[in-house]
Amino acid sequence: MSRQELITDNQVASTVQKKTEEKLSVGKSYTQGQLIWRRFRRHRLGVFGGLVISVLAIISVFAPFFAPYDYANPEYRQAFMSPQKIHFVDTDGKFHWRPFVYGLTATVDELTWQRVYVENPEQIYPIRFFIRSWDYELFGLVRSNLHFVGVDYPGTLYLFGTDHLGRDLLSRIIYGGRVSIFIALVGAVISAVIGSFMGGISGYFSGKVDSIIQRLVELLQLFPQLPLMMALSAAIPSDWPPMGVFIGVVVVMTLVQWTYLAREVRGKVLSYRDADFVLAAKTAGAKDMYIIATHIIPNCLSHIIVVLTLTIPNLILAESSLSFLGLGIQPPMVSWGVLLRNASNLQTIGQYPWIMTPGVVILGTILALNFLGDGLRDAVDPYGN
Amino acid sequence: MMNFIIRRLLYAVPMLVLVSFLSFVIINLPPGDYLTTMRQQLQSQAGLTPEEAREITERMAARYGLDRPFMVQYWEWVKGIVTRGDFGYSFQHNRPVSEVIWQRLAWTLIIATTCHVISVGIGVVVGIFSATHKYSFLDNFFTVLAFLGVSVPNFFVALVIMYYLAFHVKTHVGGLFSPQYVLAPWSWAKFVDFLKHFWVPIFVVGLAGTAQNMRVMRGNLLDVLNSQYVETARAKGLPERTVIYKHAVRNAIQPIIMYMGMAMPFLIQGEVIASIVLNLPTIGPMFHHALINQDMYLAGSFLMMIAVVLILGNLLADILLAWMDPRVRYE
Repeated sequence: MSRQELITDNQVASTVQKKTEEKLSVGKSYTQGQLIWRRFRRHRLGVFGGLVISVLAIISVFAPFFAPYDYANPEYRQAFMSPQKIHFVDTDGKFHWRPFVYGLTATVDELTWQRVYVENPEQIYPIRFFIRSWDYELFGLVRSNLHFVGVDYPGTLYLFGTDHLGRDLLSRIIYGGRVSIFIALVGAVISAVIGSFMGGISGYFSGKVDSIIQRLVELLQLFPQLPLMMALSAAIPSDWPPMGVFIGVVVVMTLVQWTYLAREVRGKVLSYRDADFVLAAKTAGAKDMYIIATHIIPNCLSHIIVVLTLTIPNLILAESSLSFLGLGIQPPMVSWGVLLRNASNLQTIGQYPWIMTPGVVILGTILALNFLGDGLRDAVDPYGN
Repeated sequence: MMNFIIRRLLYAVPMLVLVSFLSFVIINLPPGDYLTTMRQQLQSQAGLTPEEAREITERMAARYGLDRPFMVQYWEWVKGIVTRGDFGYSFQHNRPVSEVIWQRLAWTLIIATTCHVISVGIGVVVGIFSATHKYSFLDNFFTVLAFLGVSVPNFFVALVIMYYLAFHVKTHVGGLFSPQYVLAPWSWAKFVDFLKHFWVPIFVVGLAGTAQNMRVMRGNLLDVLNSQYVETARAKGLPERTVIYKHAVRNAIQPIIMYMGMAMPFLIQGEVIASIVLNLPTIGPMFHHALINQDMYLAGSFLMMIAVVLILGNLLADILLAWMDPRVRYE
């Protein structure tokens, strides 16, 4: 444990050294924020990850606008419809500037007696942007029926196919992303607050307080993270309303996750505890909690943000695993994990493989967040070259 | 060294007590217990009146001590484990927990340990290669692979592999054996069949661990290669091979050994999730069913046993580290 402290100590020493070197060599003075931004921009994958995450965030916030269909509205005659292809060239070889989809007709496969959907080249439905269709309410304030994309009735636009009740998978993924991302974000922020507080106290005071908090952290980390979350969320009563379950899952994730952040913050705080500016504050008669809040935590803030960025993908993973196993978010609320629950049956995914798409979306999101976190870490901490 | 081992052993004891206590808290956490479920079943399925059902469940509660105060129950539970190896009663399986738990725990540990060995082995080798060939095509390739490895959800990899094997390769998937071998005695054919199933969980669970080790090893080695003693070694005219393997790798590998104890919970977690999807005869599916059915003695015992195994694992890792690095012994 104390070797870890040593490592972070060295790290900070060299951070400070490198920062001053960089400042000197540039000649002009930059704020730390500008320095970090300059370094971050060079990390291409990090910037790419940041862009992807921004797009996802915007789509999630304005989910009803971007979703072509109402996620909860079943269309039983269009169950398990395969994803529709977007075309530019029709069967006559004519090129259309406006992309279009064909209407689908349901037929029966003569060999397997399975319902399959075949494109009907007679029916051409051009894809329209900013189309008016079903009504929604945004944040409970704005009523509208304007949507980003869609096709005219009776055409359908199921780009990712439909599920067993004929609900549009793309819309469900968009709405599910809202829950999955939000739950991870809230969980990560609360964990960061608790973690900073506990880590701050633990690192600053050392001694008895430190060892009690550290034992607590160690105890919680002895259990594998996900199984512990699974066991804790089994305690969420099954008759709670969706919002209650949502809060319950956040609490469960926070209970387990804060320990990892506390560890990180403690290491950082420990390296600042004996810094000159802390000594100066002490000499000036500042109270301990004041020093932690105004001198030490701000110095650790960039580090905390990096850890926070890397905690979010972890919690998205946790939420989707919990919900996939039926221990997290419960329908009718949708999250990516809930959507994948439909894919847990081998027979279903064999016949309708597109049901697995939410998994690809989870993978992409986590990948982008990891890129972003990696980029931020490199920018904040020049130690890793 | 002996002194250090004894100190570590003494330190493990309060940890064991705390772990058992926390597990027992988890066991008692759900608002409804199995007896409530049972009472409902007795009424709806066996057609008993509410009074009769309550009487039966109350008798069960008295028999298993469920009506006594929390601390007394905890004490009885721990006493049972320590003196008789009795972990309580699985109401769902209608058998003592200890009867259903051991074999499954053994499989979990076999899979997790195999993954551990493989992920450290491959991770270190690829990490060394990546660090010494920084920004080459293969290094970039491995970096992307590592990012994918840590980003993909375990259960999703398991799903995709199952889908691929079942519908494209068209082999039997799930479990550790094909149906015809499950009850057969060990033979060469059964062993081959076993290997055909065994690689799937190993791959699923080992993926993230390997990726992690790869990244850590690469980063550490790159840091070490920048240090002055490596420069000194090069300046002395030592061959590059000696510089890397004798001077740099030895120091870069240390965090990996240090984190070996910490990596185990991660691998067991992966195993639990993957085995639920793949339906392996390990603790995963049973833990999952126990939680869904609120069979909390079984679930809590699983959790505690994993933690206990990890305490022992950490103990071993610490001793290994102390043996390798004398500084640790005198902390």
